[in-house]
Amino acid sequence: MSVIYKKIQQIIGPLIFLKNEHNAQYGEIVKIKTNDGKTRTGQVVKMDEQVIVVEVFEETTGISSENAEIIFTEDTFQVKISKDMFGQTFNSLGKPIDIKTKIALDSDILTEVQRDINGVPINPFAREYPVDIIQTGISVIDGLFTLIRGQKLPIFSVQGLPHNKLAAQIASQAKVISEESFVIIFCGIGIIHDDAIYFLKRFQETGSLQNIISFINFADDPIIERLIIPRIALTTAEYFAFEKDMHVLVILIDMTNYAEALRELSTAKEEIPSRKGYPGYIYSDFASLYERTGKIKGKKGSITQIPILTMPNDDISHPIPDTTGYITEGQLVLSRDLHKKGVYPPFEVLASISRLMKDAIGAEKTREDHADISSQLLSSYSNYLEVKDLISIVGEDGLNYEQKNLLKFGIDFEQRFLNQKEDENRTFENTLNIAWDVISNLNPNQLMRIHQKYIDKYFQARV
Amino acid sequence: MEESNKGFNTGYISAIIGSLIKIKGLENHVRLHDLVKISNYQILGEVIQIYSDHIIAQCYENTIRVKLNEEVINLNEPLSMELAPGLISNVFDGIQRPLKEVFKNFGSGGLERGIKFPPLSRTRKWHFIPLRKIKDKINSGDIIGTVQETQNFEHNIMVPPYHSGTLSFISDEGDYTIIDEIYKLKINSQEKSFSMMQKWPITVNRPYARKENPSEPLITGMRVIDLLFPIAKGGTTAIPGGFGTGKTVIQQSLAKWSNADVVVFIGCGEPGNEIANILKQFSEIINPQTGRPLLERIVLIANTSNMPVSAREASLFSGVTIAEYFRDMGYDVAVLADSTSRWAESLREISGLLEEMPAEEGYPAYLPSKLSNFYERAGVVKTLGTDHQGIGRKGSLTIIGTISPPAADFSEPVTATTKRLVQSFWALDQKLAYLKHYPAINWMNSYSNYAPLIAEWWYERDIDWPEIDIDWIECRKQVNEILSEEKELTYIIQLIGEKNLPDDQQLVLFLARLIKNGFLIQSAFDDIDNYTKIKKLLGLIKIILLIYNEGKLLIEQGILIENFLDSEIINEILRIRHSVKNDDFYLIEELKNKLLKRLRSLTI
Repeated sequence: MSVIYKKIQQIIGPLIFLKNEHNAQYGEIVKIKTNDGKTRTGQVVKMDEQVIVVEVFEETTGISSENAEIIFTEDTFQVKISKDMFGQTFNSLGKPIDIKTKIALDSDILTEVQRDINGVPINPFAREYPVDIIQTGISVIDGLFTLIRGQKLPIFSVQGLPHNKLAAQIASQAKVISEESFVIIFCGIGIIHDDAIYFLKRFQETGSLQNIISFINFADDPIIERLIIPRIALTTAEYFAFEKDMHVLVILIDMTNYAEALRELSTAKEEIPSRKGYPGYIYSDFASLYERTGKIKGKKGSITQIPILTMPNDDISHPIPDTTGYITEGQLVLSRDLHKKGVYPPFEVLASISRLMKDAIGAEKTREDHADISSQLLSSYSNYLEVKDLISIVGEDGLNYEQKNLLKFGIDFEQRFLNQKEDENRTFENTLNIAWDVISNLNPNQLMRIHQKYIDKYFQARV
Repeated sequence: MEESNKGFNTGYISAIIGSLIKIKGLENHVRLHDLVKISNYQILGEVIQIYSDHIIAQCYENTIRVKLNEEVINLNEPLSMELAPGLISNVFDGIQRPLKEVFKNFGSGGLERGIKFPPLSRTRKWHFIPLRKIKDKINSGDIIGTVQETQNFEHNIMVPPYHSGTLSFISDEGDYTIIDEIYKLKINSQEKSFSMMQKWPITVNRPYARKENPSEPLITGMRVIDLLFPIAKGGTTAIPGGFGTGKTVIQQSLAKWSNADVVVFIGCGEPGNEIANILKQFSEIINPQTGRPLLERIVLIANTSNMPVSAREASLFSGVTIAEYFRDMGYDVAVLADSTSRWAESLREISGLLEEMPAEEGYPAYLPSKLSNFYERAGVVKTLGTDHQGIGRKGSLTIIGTISPPAADFSEPVTATTKRLVQSFWALDQKLAYLKHYPAINWMNSYSNYAPLIAEWWYERDIDWPEIDIDWIECRKQVNEILSEEKELTYIIQLIGEKNLPDDQQLVLFLARLIKNGFLIQSAFDDIDNYTKIKKLLGLIKIILLIYNEGKLLIEQGILIENFLDSEIINEILRIRHSVKNDDFYLIEELKNKLLKRLRSLTI
């Protein structure tokens, strides 16, 4: 029998205060029914002998001290999960919605299981070190910053760059090379309605919809739901990965909205801020999401995360990208300059890195020459950028033979290797071949990072 | 727990705020920092404040579903480490829960609450060899016997501090668990029984006879460190660096190659895959000195970023307590803490929940004192006690902590405070990392105060090359000279171009490039380059400095710098680091002779 309170003592922002009259559980979920027929959800965040403090997940506008019934559910926040979810879109409370109208559907899924959205931390000893690749079909990622199953690899973008397009392309093309099942969980955090419709349309066009479960929190939804929705998405991912043996790729977009919601709530709770007003626990909080990634010994499935965030003021040292970069295993940074040149995807390759890549590529995994050629591409591209600076001083005529090669290489690299169409899906083989095509602008003696045997095998055939 | 005490030893929950719990009924019976067991979920907590009518405890696990009025039991002891055979190659969380055991028993891979396993196995038997006889006078720290814990690691069984008396019983050689009675001491006519295990509270320093000055380097195999920014055994170092600068790779290289006997690796608030990586690598890599997996000298403390923050706060002191225990056996122990910033953040989170008045950037005012409590536990000590032949022991505890300053800003409180407490400082630089110059230790901002203390040690091991008679100290001096002159020159080059510099300055630029690419840059993933022995290090740097010293003479004679060396021999020097094995020193010697011949042939 649920306990019902009829009187609220105080309402401050998202917090409501009740006079403690029964033995509640810490973290218990409560339903707040107002007399206009609306039901909101909240959670016990503090309690003592006099007061129970409930944090409301939705808007508190319209609640008065007298017009609401507060029902204690004797349960924590659970999400319903089922395989029927594929191809559908859900809101922050795990309800199916119509993405065009934003309205929650009457129909509900046939629940297989219910899970607490906070999950349980993975025992570090139980983790299996990730060494298997995912093919995204995008050359710059597969070739230079290979994504590994069980990795968390964020994309640092800025406003105005095509990160949505990139996210949609990854979601529709990503696959594992083996025949195991691979699914996508797409989690939109505070995204605008037009973007949500765009994603849905892209998923439909590419025929990948049946492989995707979407969770969408719209920009005008209550901010506190932004903190809930990634946890719902990850709980769903954990079920499919660790109980159903699937490889799950979770795309979280946009983590900046998440962090801002965290800050807003922290301010409402009058907590002491640390950098730029963000709470001191932003690292732990981010980690509680990002760390729900990986592989577990003895289980077949895996969870891979691509969190996407927009850097405020293009500043990579801002707390949001900075904190993320400390937790994740590398980062992919997008560049305004390349975008202006019309290169898609516009990767700032020298600032990007995939830290788990080195143990996961090579013969029998991708191809024997992969490590060498990716290191050569990066090093030659950085030389190319130096040569470009030099031109402004000495002019193109002042360059020597090797520098002229680099110039040709650099342009080719940007136009052919980096640049690809948003529906172009390249295999690893294809990507590495393009890499060699691009490299063949250079002289063999400029290829210090490639073993001679690979130069003999792949380079000579091209010149 | 005695029955009559039961009434005094239970209280009840009166408020819950996150991981903090207010408890009534125990205020007159608990001591500060004692442990309590909370609610039916058996959550472990620590008393952090005592008021007249209640106490506050912080929980090491999350408090979801806990209710008011649930029972709290006073465990009557502070958080302590179990110290006995079984520590080596083991993995614990911040409060010494054995993560391997937990995983074996709960195959799910999750860390549920309230799981209680003893940190060290109570059933595993160890082969104990007694070294003392009945009626021997025994003091604290004396070695009673030994256990061969791994093939190469001898675990000394010592009498715990503050106990001395006459040995009235000692077990014969044989197999015992760590809780079996091994010996008895008669202390002031009272007989006390001991097992192999001792317990020690994590916040109390283990006592020693006296502290000594560090005099030996901890050889890391990383050239930039061993030459320019050395750390002494028993010393302290901080490694600050923004993300992507390679802190973790440096820590892992230290754990792999440094010449400590035991390494305690504390993964404090770092991602879980990092721990998985260490476990995988260290069981695969064979220690060249012993021929056994590297894991056999490592104790891992893993409190990853998603585990509760209060246990993260404890993890640093848990690790250092285990390290002191091995130091007391007479070993050289290195504590690697990654990262102390995450630890400081856990302090900040708890302080925030307690609504304490913050100092800088929300950190509590006691951050410096807590940090110094940690770093002060490093040192070289003459330990308590002797072995069975009456010989005393010297042990050392080196602390190497990483710092993750937000936005790579070294003026933030954790970096600034740590800088005052440590004797050497390896500043990692995002610009170098961007240029793929690893280890990205910036040679202008880093420092070490240990060089004069360990110069003697290096002097005794110098290679004997009469042609270039400079010792380790002089090598350091010349390298620093070249690198700092290069820095000044870069400004001039931007104005007039490199070719317009006088020859002696061009020589400096050339040497700086050689030092950077042929010496400072070191690949942690190359099978030869990952670890440089001191002989190779000295040979390599002396070859480079040979060019410098001979070159200066040649320039004085008016010989043009472009005529010095052809690109072939320069390439040969640049390739030494990853093509000449540590044991093939003769190759370096040959190259030196070739180089010398070439340079001297230029003299008119």
